Amino acid sequence: MSVLVYTESEQGKFKKIALEAVSYAKGVADMLGTTVTAVSINGGDSTELGNYGASKVLQVTNDKLAQFNAKAYADAITQAAQKENAKVVIISSSANAKFLAPLLAVQLNAAYAPNVVALPESTTPFVVKSNVFTNKAFAKAELKSEIKLIGLSKNAYGLRENAVSAATESFSPSLSDADFSVKVESVDKVTGKVTIADAEIVVSGGRGLKGPENWGLIEELAGVLGAATACSKPVSDMGWRPHSEHVGQTGKPVASNLYIAIGISGAIQHLAGINASKVKVVINNDAEAPFFKAADYGIVGDAFEVVPKLIEKLKEFKANNA
Amino acid sequence: MKILVCISHVPDTTSKINFKNSDTQFDTNGVQFVINPNDEFGLTRAMWFKEKQGAAVHVINVGGPETEPTLRKALAIGADEAIRINTAPVDGFFVAKQLAKVVAEGGYDLVIAGRESIDYNGGMVPGMLAALTGANFVNNCISLEVDGNNAKAVREIDGGRETLSTTLPLVIGGQKGLVEESDLRIPNMRGIMMARQKPLKVVEPDGATPATQINAFEKPAPKGAVKMIDPENVEELVNLLHNEAKVI
Repeated sequence: MSVLVYTESEQGKFKKIALEAVSYAKGVADMLGTTVTAVSINGGDSTELGNYGASKVLQVTNDKLAQFNAKAYADAITQAAQKENAKVVIISSSANAKFLAPLLAVQLNAAYAPNVVALPESTTPFVVKSNVFTNKAFAKAELKSEIKLIGLSKNAYGLRENAVSAATESFSPSLSDADFSVKVESVDKVTGKVTIADAEIVVSGGRGLKGPENWGLIEELAGVLGAATACSKPVSDMGWRPHSEHVGQTGKPVASNLYIAIGISGAIQHLAGINASKVKVVINNDAEAPFFKAADYGIVGDAFEVVPKLIEKLKEFKANNA
Repeated sequence: MKILVCISHVPDTTSKINFKNSDTQFDTNGVQFVINPNDEFGLTRAMWFKEKQGAAVHVINVGGPETEPTLRKALAIGADEAIRINTAPVDGFFVAKQLAKVVAEGGYDLVIAGRESIDYNGGMVPGMLAALTGANFVNNCISLEVDGNNAKAVREIDGGRETLSTTLPLVIGGQKGLVEESDLRIPNMRGIMMARQKPLKVVEPDGATPATQINAFEKPAPKGAVKMIDPENVEELVNLLHNEAKVI
């Protein structure tokens, strides 16, 4: 009857969103008077999961699962949920989690609530609050099936330490050839660069930067902050930056702690996509830019003058706070 | 090849979102509806398959009669036939169940849906449909080629892309990249005239039970005022981000 949480990892290390999901699972388990079981696929050190409240860890170690495969992973998590007789299953909102979630929901015959931002308002009936209309509103939805699947929004619940001792158990789900009917042929991934999905800080540039040749400024600022780089839709449409950097309603969502927008006017579609970020800084030479209304901090000024100064001051700050 | 493109009828991206009946219903008053952007990239890719590989392209929507202009637009862009399942799209599972019946009966080889609709952002219909019909599934699809029974798809992943191989029947959750923004088609007069003659079949729903039910909506709390900083004093911003916002 425990709450099951799927904990994602990369290169043998649990991701922050996995620890956030465990923190949340612990909150749900406390409401239901039960405990948290984590399932980890070729994952990291299970004591780390114990720090956030997982009292049991089902560890799957399988070379066939070295690369993410939605169907096979969904099958493994389904079997873990069945073994634990879990009535609530928690996953993150990563691209991989959203890929496997609908498969998992059908296999478990579970009601699925994606983009959930808080602990259930009640557990009978089971009501959760989710982001809808691309962060322009919330919906409170009742999950009516016996098993519930919850996709937790990034950065919404946060990390909450709650140390328990985690008992580790190895778990070998039975997988069939049909689980691998979509095969990974090759992966082309930038290494050593912070991705928008994982970033705590995102630095984003718009048309105000005048051309792709000026992106050194964005990259340097991102470098100082350990941030990911992103861009507005027109910038990606004009081919100044790759589509993968486009953030907004039809691009990637951003839910970072800090979002710095440089030379972006703040069209409603852009604001919707980045609105889940906690703190927004806007630098724009047009005092009338709509983005200022959505910002926490604003500077009206020429990006080519303001940003180099900001880089310099941040370098000083980092040197003094190292 | 027989292709079904799932079309969500959604508020235009610039719409102001409001609710009515004590915040229990989306207020469509004054809202312009469009083809869901992620679906439109898929529809355009389907047109490519039609023109280059001779595929038949059908479009489908689950919704009331008010969604027909959106289906007609898809026909004007070039789809051959439209199907409307005559019921409110209560939740993702319910919609996937309705679509699964049509897919099974229609013998479609490829189903192209958007990775998510921009209204409820559920992102669950394509995957659930694949699971319900036993088809292969690729989400966040940014490139798709089909050769006979084999398909090659590229999926966007965090920080890069992944090339996948699989077989039909296949469901994809598509997005921008599947075609470029500049490839999107605006229906011309001829297309609009022809669309009037094309079949739009109305099918009654299957008796599936939704798994979820939205009881209420809520708008985000209004934001505090922006704090403006003198461009000659950016150090102030660094201090505020560190001491006040505590994000650096």
